Amino acid sequence: MSKKILMKGNEAIGEAAIRAGCLNYFAYPITPQTEIAEYLSRRLPEVGGVFLQGESEVAVSYMIFGAAACGERIFTTSSSPGVSLMCEGISYIAGAQLPAVFVNIMRGGPGLGGILPSQADYFQATKGGGHGDYRMLIMAPESVQEAVEMMMLAFPLAEKYLNPVMILGDGLIGQMMEPVQFPDDLKSEPTNKDDWATNGMDTRKSNSRNLIKSLFLDPELLNNNNLTLKAKYDRMKQDEVRFESYNIESDYKVLIVSFGTMSRVCKTAIDNLKAEGFEVGMIRPQTLFPFPEKAIEDAVSKDSCNLAVSIEMSMGQMVEDVERSVKGKRPVEWYGKCGGDVPTPEEIMDVVKKLRT
Amino acid sequence: MAKAYKKPEALSDAHTHYCPGCTHGVIHRLIAEVIDELGIRGRTVGIAPVGCAVLAYNYFTFDFQEAAHGRAPAMATGIKRVRPDLIVFTYQGDGDLASIGMAEIIHAANRGEKFTTIFVNNAVYGMTGGQMAPTTMPDQVTTTSPFGRDTADCGMPIKVAELLSALQTPGYITRQTAIKPKYIVKTKKAIKQAFKYQMEGRCFSIVEVISTCPTNWGMTPLEAVKWAEEVMLPYYKLGDYKLPE
Repeated sequence: MSKKILMKGNEAIGEAAIRAGCLNYFAYPITPQTEIAEYLSRRLPEVGGVFLQGESEVAVSYMIFGAAACGERIFTTSSSPGVSLMCEGISYIAGAQLPAVFVNIMRGGPGLGGILPSQADYFQATKGGGHGDYRMLIMAPESVQEAVEMMMLAFPLAEKYLNPVMILGDGLIGQMMEPVQFPDDLKSEPTNKDDWATNGMDTRKSNSRNLIKSLFLDPELLNNNNLTLKAKYDRMKQDEVRFESYNIESDYKVLIVSFGTMSRVCKTAIDNLKAEGFEVGMIRPQTLFPFPEKAIEDAVSKDSCNLAVSIEMSMGQMVEDVERSVKGKRPVEWYGKCGGDVPTPEEIMDVVKKLRT
Repeated sequence: MAKAYKKPEALSDAHTHYCPGCTHGVIHRLIAEVIDELGIRGRTVGIAPVGCAVLAYNYFTFDFQEAAHGRAPAMATGIKRVRPDLIVFTYQGDGDLASIGMAEIIHAANRGEKFTTIFVNNAVYGMTGGQMAPTTMPDQVTTTSPFGRDTADCGMPIKVAELLSALQTPGYITRQTAIKPKYIVKTKKAIKQAFKYQMEGRCFSIVEVISTCPTNWGMTPLEAVKWAEEVMLPYYKLGDYKLPE
């Protein structure tokens, strides 16, 4: 671990990528994450890396494709409207089974929406976004420290599954300054890239060429490719679920499910309510895909628990996954706001108290 | 007895799916010959477009990536930026490059990305079945301009070589054709020059190749050659449009 320093979330995300051994970055500016590009435009040349500002998010997503297909560690960052444009490339990257890391520092939508924090890209991130049957492994940090740790985890996971991984933060994670400690530099490198990467036959001392594609005109072959992808997503569901439990040892009456910045506000609300003698538990998904279904089902099944509530900075997206996880065992409620204001702890306390009655 | 003429090593044994009279096969062969002659097969990455040539990778024997429609120049940029030692070319048609991929090609050319583009202009969308392209000639009948291209409504055909030549960044920009042997020799020379500039790290290079599409033009191969020569070549003038400084 490095010594503790104060850093803005966006800059820390850029630095974390370098420490994860990713020295290649293409991006297009968009608020509220532009500081990542600004930081890396200065920092990457210092470490012999590659920085390029693309002409659009569409182009950037394919620059990522090209570099990833050569077996090089690569990432980009954007915010909601920009990620919408990248979804085309992400679909191709998933279809062609390439490792790449995407960061979405979410702002309000739909349309131009706003530039303040939001979590309204939950569906886009977890359910596809682009066309076809694909998933990304989605990690949602609640602090600058966790954003750094997730960044460093993201590259090996992308390489393990040959699949895009997304860090889904909200505007606050990008804009906030917090103390952060960087884990030790990641030393591992992708090990099997010569099996698939178009890195030049001479580079890998091979007489047979590699081909990166997502087109399968034969229906049986396309179905097989989709079965291969599904098997990967099933493995992720088995092995990559990450979540945090909060006040789960108590006899909570209400179970909150919340992620990212929203979950930090909920923690304060839970502490305050506890002081008032009212126990509330929380499951905080750290991975949104795969979703901690079992953890939520188990937590809601506790005898003391009367209901679950999904608290989100969106108009009710994650609540659908919460309902699916709860399987009808308890009522599931939703509370959210999606204009850019982050709900306050007092607001959450009022919501939970009202739900109790 | 020694073989005087053989299939280039860079070409596979697969039979192409291209229609009779189509020039894709000729252009593929020229690229393969150049790659053999320059000895770069082991470090070349091709990028196939969306369109008739999407399956081009079946006909070459080196690393290949398959692009989304129009995005090949962005992919080539990504490759060259992280692996400048690789030799990269995009193979693109006119719907791919001049319509949906116009932003990608202009910005790649303007940044002076050190890759090569082979731009096959046959004035029509091939794979989707003969729709109007930005390069479709005035009054040319296509399935989406059934009364002929109305230039008052759709504008004039885009001259890509001229358009890219307006950029101030140095580059190698040339227009050739593969419709007759006398032109094919020059086309090969241009393709070789384009790859050489790339190998020297000099500049972005693009070879526009005027081509035929008898199937979607509704012509025999011979009629198609005649039409390309009499209608396309006077508008799409052959020659070098830009040489690196």
